[in-house]
Amino acid sequence: MNTLAKYLRWDTVVGVLLIAVFLAGSGTTEGFADTANLSAALNDTAEIALIALPMTLLVVAGQVDLSVASMLGLSSALAGSLWEAGWSFELIVPICLLVGALGGLLNGWLVTRVGLPSLAVTIGTLTLYRGLASVVLGDKAIADFPEAYAQWATYTQTVPGTFVPYPIALFAVLAVVTAVVLHCTAFGRSLYAIGAQEDAAYFAGIRVKRLKLVLFVLAGFVASFAGIVYTLRYGSARADNGLGLELVVIASVLLGGVDFDGGKGTLGGAVAGVLLIGLLNNLLTLNDVSNEIQVIVTGLLLVASVLTPRVVTSVSERRQRRAATAAPATA
Amino acid sequence: MNQPDSGPAPVLALTDISKSFGAVRALQDVSLHLYPGEAHALAGENGAGKSTLIKTLAGVHRPDAGQVLLDGEPVVFNGPADARDAGIAVIYQEPTLFPDLSIAENIFMGRQPRTSLGRIDRRAVHGATAALMTRLGVDLDPERLARGLSIADQQIVEIAKALSFDARVLIMDEPTAALTGSETARLFSVVRTLREGGAAVLFISHRLEEIFELCQRVTTLRDGRWVASELLGGLTEDDLVRRMVGRDLDELYPKQATTVGGTALSVRRLTREGVFRDVSFEVREGEIVALAGLVGAGRSEVVQAVFGVDKADAGEVHVGGERLRAGSPTAAMAAGVALVPEDRRQRGLVMEASIERNIGLTGLDRLGSGGLVRRALERGRATDWAVKLQLKYNRLSDAVGVLSGGNQQKVVLAKWLATDPAVLIVDEPTRGIDVGTKAEVHRLLSSLAAEGLAVLMVSSDLPEVLGMADRVLVMHEGRLVAELPRAEATEETVMAAATGRLAGEGAAA
Ligand SMILES: Nc1ncnc2c1ncn2[C@@H]1O[C@H](COP(=O)(O)OP(=O)(O)OP(=O)(O)O)[C@@H](O)[C@H]1O
Ligand SMILES: [Mg+2]
Repeated sequence: MNTLAKYLRWDTVVGVLLIAVFLAGSGTTEGFADTANLSAALNDTAEIALIALPMTLLVVAGQVDLSVASMLGLSSALAGSLWEAGWSFELIVPICLLVGALGGLLNGWLVTRVGLPSLAVTIGTLTLYRGLASVVLGDKAIADFPEAYAQWATYTQTVPGTFVPYPIALFAVLAVVTAVVLHCTAFGRSLYAIGAQEDAAYFAGIRVKRLKLVLFVLAGFVASFAGIVYTLRYGSARADNGLGLELVVIASVLLGGVDFDGGKGTLGGAVAGVLLIGLLNNLLTLNDVSNEIQVIVTGLLLVASVLTPRVVTSVSERRQRRAATAAPATA
Repeated sequence: MNQPDSGPAPVLALTDISKSFGAVRALQDVSLHLYPGEAHALAGENGAGKSTLIKTLAGVHRPDAGQVLLDGEPVVFNGPADARDAGIAVIYQEPTLFPDLSIAENIFMGRQPRTSLGRIDRRAVHGATAALMTRLGVDLDPERLARGLSIADQQIVEIAKALSFDARVLIMDEPTAALTGSETARLFSVVRTLREGGAAVLFISHRLEEIFELCQRVTTLRDGRWVASELLGGLTEDDLVRRMVGRDLDELYPKQATTVGGTALSVRRLTREGVFRDVSFEVREGEIVALAGLVGAGRSEVVQAVFGVDKADAGEVHVGGERLRAGSPTAAMAAGVALVPEDRRQRGLVMEASIERNIGLTGLDRLGSGGLVRRALERGRATDWAVKLQLKYNRLSDAVGVLSGGNQQKVVLAKWLATDPAVLIVDEPTRGIDVGTKAEVHRLLSSLAAEGLAVLMVSSDLPEVLGMADRVLVMHEGRLVAELPRAEATEETVMAAATGRLAGEGAAA
């Protein structure tokens, strides 16, 4: 049909862009390609990257969860307040994860049983979970978490022999697992079908509601885990940790070519999207570009990612059309 | 070519049109002339290029080469709106209604009558819609939302939309595929009136008897090429089939004798308030049971409740002696029930997914172990069935959305036959399938039944019902009103029951 659009898969484009940014950065910016900087840059994306995994599954299935950053904050606040109350960290982590899963369950229940659209539901729980976080911790900041865990989360400790910090190493493993699940399993196939045509999936015997529920629980669970990582990495538990992070996550996933309408996209693309935004922000920071400009750059990239496939399609259509209208004249 | 050489000039013509989609050459040097006052049939197998030709006429597709002539002048339509403004009304093969608008709003979309204050005149819209429905002899509430309409009803709305403006050219791509005899008869009488008023009609159908009934001339396509344009007067159905297929055809209803076994499916007092009531019947192994009735009688609704996609309010479904959990298609599938739904675009297929993914979707747990899907198995399953059903496609990784309508229907059949069911429920199994393949599908159903499969078939195609069924159940206004064994099922008895002339008598045992 239109060859250009067919061969130019967006997730490949993002991958190429990622390499280009890396090469450009190494060429122009001193210190960018240093392993210490790369470790830091990668680790800075840890929470976004982790949450992007279940988010990709959700978006492929035509759903979205805007409450993830609030859940991150709630998990952080909960960890802080329990730690302050003298609980052991080994107990705090499973409690936070449980709360995350329950929050996801609430989202999923409202979407599948009450039948509300996920966008509406999670706008509501975005406010709710952030509010709960404030109730739990107020505007306090709790620090002094156990050194061993804090060390695990910082970029200065890396997997021996590499420049990969532990949170990112964990992310890499989870990303591979998620990619296999999405692309090579019955579960993954079902998600694409649900996202593309929910009725047809239901008529094919797929348990649409149950799968959606699982995805929301997963998203809540991972978001609360990201809350722990965030808390350890910054050494500070606060109710407003990760404010607005959900938009960066969604932007990264969409930038990676996952279609907001559902049914399309790859996990590789989403991961490339996360890394691209992460590297770019790091590069801009190294070049003393202000935070505001960084946000603008991310925004422009996102607009470009949504627009480019459309532009490519319409350009090649117009070209076809011109060829078609030229034909009768020569005939 | 056989054209009237005196008389009026063609109102609409295509000359030497070619159109390719990538490697697929859908049309090659096809010409067609449409004269005022004639009903012209377009015949050809699935994928022959009929819909592509219509979409080219209507400005949906641009031809790669060739011209569209309106009143002898070359025109370029930039889209369906241009064609409509030129007086060309098109009914596309697949209904394209807005689900959240009412029937009336759909029909008058974008050209609603206005009041003197410039507001949409709702009463006028309502009245005009009601008048159209009366003209078509159907009972549809203009205010009802399009969402949830059966395919047949959607088709009626599309027809009403096309009739609602005074078209000089009326193009209809398989308008009757989901209709029963009585709606079709109404449509034809409306079309005849238009034709007598000087309109030109282009008509596509895989039911050859309809072509002979309505049309004067026929143009046949095969593999995207023009084969013949001729008067229907001197032709037989066999002649037409030979033009389309390029060879003679075997029997259309190859019914095999079977030995009927034990009860496979038993439906007891199934009820959905306001839709159907107290429906009880059985289907035994090796038996093909048809569920007949007019459009709107509740046939599709009954089979959907049996399969569990709709939940019945009362009643039970037993499969192989076990009671099925209500409202769970997954449970029904596990018990060996398969449902080929009527609406292939919404329910039968994931249009943007590939052929192999669609065929694989009903057997994800069988395509590998431990939840994994092995591509090779997925492809193998698709290849097997593509061959068995003579699917016409380019690559198995192509989206089903680019297949011709009939070939999409084959993919739906493949997807369900591949589950190796014990009870196969088919809702309009051959809707939009060409004669050759229809015979294949019938042969397949028949031989599967001979192997012990229980088949429940909803069909609006009466010859198909009479030709294939061992027993015919007839529904009228949500109730089962007759059960006719094969020997007693005739056009008269089935129609009498379907129109309610038998009501009250002989409800199913
Ligand atoms: N948008 C498209 N992209 C790619 N291929 C297409 C597209 N539309 C049609 N085709 C191909 O063109 C060929 C002709 O299709 P068309 O829909 O015109 O067939 P048809 O004669 O209407 O068949 P049917 O009786 O099944 O409706 C088919 O091989 C089909 O797969
Ligand atoms: Mg067609």
